[in-house]
Amino acid sequence: MLNYLRNLFRGFSAIFYKETVHMRRDSMAMMLALVVPIVEMVILGAAIDTNIRQVNTVVYDQSGVMDVAQEGSSASRDLINHFINSDTFKVYKYVHSDRELNEELVAGRAHVGIKIPLDFDRKLLRGETAQVMVIVDGSDSSTAGTAVNVAGAIGLDQSLQLVLARGINLGQPIEIRPKVMFNPDSRSPNFFLPGLIAVLMLMITVMLTAFSVVREKERGTLEQLMVTPVRPLGLMLGKIMPYFFMGLGEMMILLGFMRVVFRVPVHGSVVLLVALTSIYLFVNLAIGMLISVRAGTQAEAMQSSFSIMLPSIFLSGYIFPRETMPVIFHAMSNFVPATYMINIFRGIILRGAGFQELWLDGLILAVMGIGVLLLAARKFERMVV
Amino acid sequence: MTALVTSGNNPAPANASNLAICAQKLTRKFGDFTAVDQASMTVERGEVFGFLGPNGSGKTTMIKMLTGILPITSGDATVAGIDVRKDPEGVRQRIGYMSQRFSLYDDLTVAENLRFYGRIYGLRGTTLDEKIQQTIERNALQPYLDRLAARLSGGWKQRLALGCSMLHDPSIMFLDEPTAGIDPVARRKLWDLLFDLSGHGITFFVTTHYMDEAERCSHLAYIYYGQIIADGTPDQLRDLPEASPAGTRRFEIDAPQVTSALRTARELPYLKSATIFGRSIHALVEENVTQQDIDRDLRARGVQPQEIRPLTATLEDVFVELTYKKQAKEASRA
Ligand SMILES: Nc1ncnc2c1ncn2[C@@H]1O[C@H](COP(=O)(O)OP(=O)(O)OP(=O)(O)O)[C@@H](O)[C@H]1O
Ligand SMILES: [Mg+2]
Repeated sequence: MLNYLRNLFRGFSAIFYKETVHMRRDSMAMMLALVVPIVEMVILGAAIDTNIRQVNTVVYDQSGVMDVAQEGSSASRDLINHFINSDTFKVYKYVHSDRELNEELVAGRAHVGIKIPLDFDRKLLRGETAQVMVIVDGSDSSTAGTAVNVAGAIGLDQSLQLVLARGINLGQPIEIRPKVMFNPDSRSPNFFLPGLIAVLMLMITVMLTAFSVVREKERGTLEQLMVTPVRPLGLMLGKIMPYFFMGLGEMMILLGFMRVVFRVPVHGSVVLLVALTSIYLFVNLAIGMLISVRAGTQAEAMQSSFSIMLPSIFLSGYIFPRETMPVIFHAMSNFVPATYMINIFRGIILRGAGFQELWLDGLILAVMGIGVLLLAARKFERMVV
Repeated sequence: MTALVTSGNNPAPANASNLAICAQKLTRKFGDFTAVDQASMTVERGEVFGFLGPNGSGKTTMIKMLTGILPITSGDATVAGIDVRKDPEGVRQRIGYMSQRFSLYDDLTVAENLRFYGRIYGLRGTTLDEKIQQTIERNALQPYLDRLAARLSGGWKQRLALGCSMLHDPSIMFLDEPTAGIDPVARRKLWDLLFDLSGHGITFFVTTHYMDEAERCSHLAYIYYGQIIADGTPDQLRDLPEASPAGTRRFEIDAPQVTSALRTARELPYLKSATIFGRSIHALVEENVTQQDIDRDLRARGVQPQEIRPLTATLEDVFVELTYKKQAKEASRA
């Protein structure tokens, strides 16, 4: 039995050895494969933090009802000016009822609504905490995230100024209460980065193995391997494993960046995250291997990789929420590994989900990985060089 | 061994145990196209077997079937006493193969290539080190151990490739055009090495387009578009009646302006065929024609021959002749 298994993976260690030498020799390319996703993440992560400007904002200021000539009280106007000066918000309309406020948001004319309560001035005067409601349209998750963050910062800043000006120290005078409508889960970059990591990992891992067999086919070394006693599974795992470790390292780096640079906290278990991620990496590497075995040339492998990756990215729920997809796309997304990975990532990082909630996603990924690898091995056995 | 112009269905040999390779009616089709057509051959242990044929005639395809790389469409093949169809893995442990294309890893050093091929054949620890050391010595690779394979010259690449494909002590080696594109000295050295190894009982199955290499083989076969049309020792092939047809003899004619001399020679009524070799003409003429006849007739036509010598057929003559015959036969059948 043990012998049979050993036979099945014959040649593994030799191939593993050779591939690590290839990697060392080609360290520039490997570095590039490692660095590009990090750069991409930093750029995209920074972009969603700063690129939101002049978001249409509607204001419902109840505090100034006594003052007929002007909208709002002086304190509330200070706050609103602060919002306007931030450049993130563009107040284009003042409304006078909850209904109107809601209408503007539902119609999509405004993406942010600011509601200042009747007792805003009174509470400030008494040194109590005045609450300002900031309603954010969550259907655009990147806007929503920034809007919430900036609004919070403005509230804090304004409070600080008030405290300094008056010298009172009775806690925070103004509290911004964010409320995300339509898609209450969406907080970017919290929401955005975990998905991005899944997508970046998809891109580098599939590419890494997609060339590995077809390159040898083109160079003629595969023909030589065919007369050695190496078995398909030994060959494939030997080629996959070095990249697996590399992918795992890359993954850690990306997670580190997410945590340290973008301050996205991980609510769940990091160990579980790494364990499930390993399965995901394995699936992607196996897919790359299948592409490589099927392709006749490296160019063909490149094309196949893209024709797998791009739909995966769209279907995975990274860009469009799966719930809003047409039925057929929703059904197709069940066959996309990234779908499960994004669910796992968001689950562990944002919601603190554990093994109980995520074991099925892990199992599905494992089955996919083994299935794809066996398919590739079968294809390899029948390959004519 | 008897020389044959085969029809492709020679009987199974009796002493099969002494055979390194035995192919019977081996056929490989690619779709409708038949690359190898009912090829039968036997190679005895310890032979240096030369396999010749024009480009695209099926040499590589034949080797791939015998080594188990390419599935056999029909027919039987036994290599090292093992049925290739039943136990391709068993065959693989006993053979070595050097493919027609450069088969080393460019970005690995000489030492790393050796280590990789040793390990993939399951060698470990001290056995691996010993085998590698032995290969290094035998092929004089010591000075190049840390050099990337890509930076080796053609001859050394071939030596390394040969070394890599023999690390597991195979008893039969398949070499597909091992000397293509390397210089004459390196070519000579490689062949010396092959004979050295063959002295240790290793059987070599070598394809080549070089006639001087064919001359050195102990056994030759010629394949023409999928069919083996000649099989025997070099001497036997040279004596084939088909190659030097009855009632003919060969002369070598030295003459200035050899191309125009050839044109003139072709006007001679008793000339069967003529080709240029270097600065001379090889002519196949009727048996009763003498040197004096040719000299007289050429001078009468304005060509001044310097020397005319009788000639035995070269292997190239034989293969060219056999090819013409085969073409003529096929044309008349069509
Ligand atoms: N995988 C394949 N699919 C289709 N046709 C093939 C395949 N491999 C070889 N052939 C065809 O089979 C014929 C024999 O090819 P093969 O490579 O065996 O010739 P060869 O004698 O080795 O030629 P050369 O001297 O050029 O190496 C050729 O016509 C070739 O095009
Ligand atoms: Mg060939």
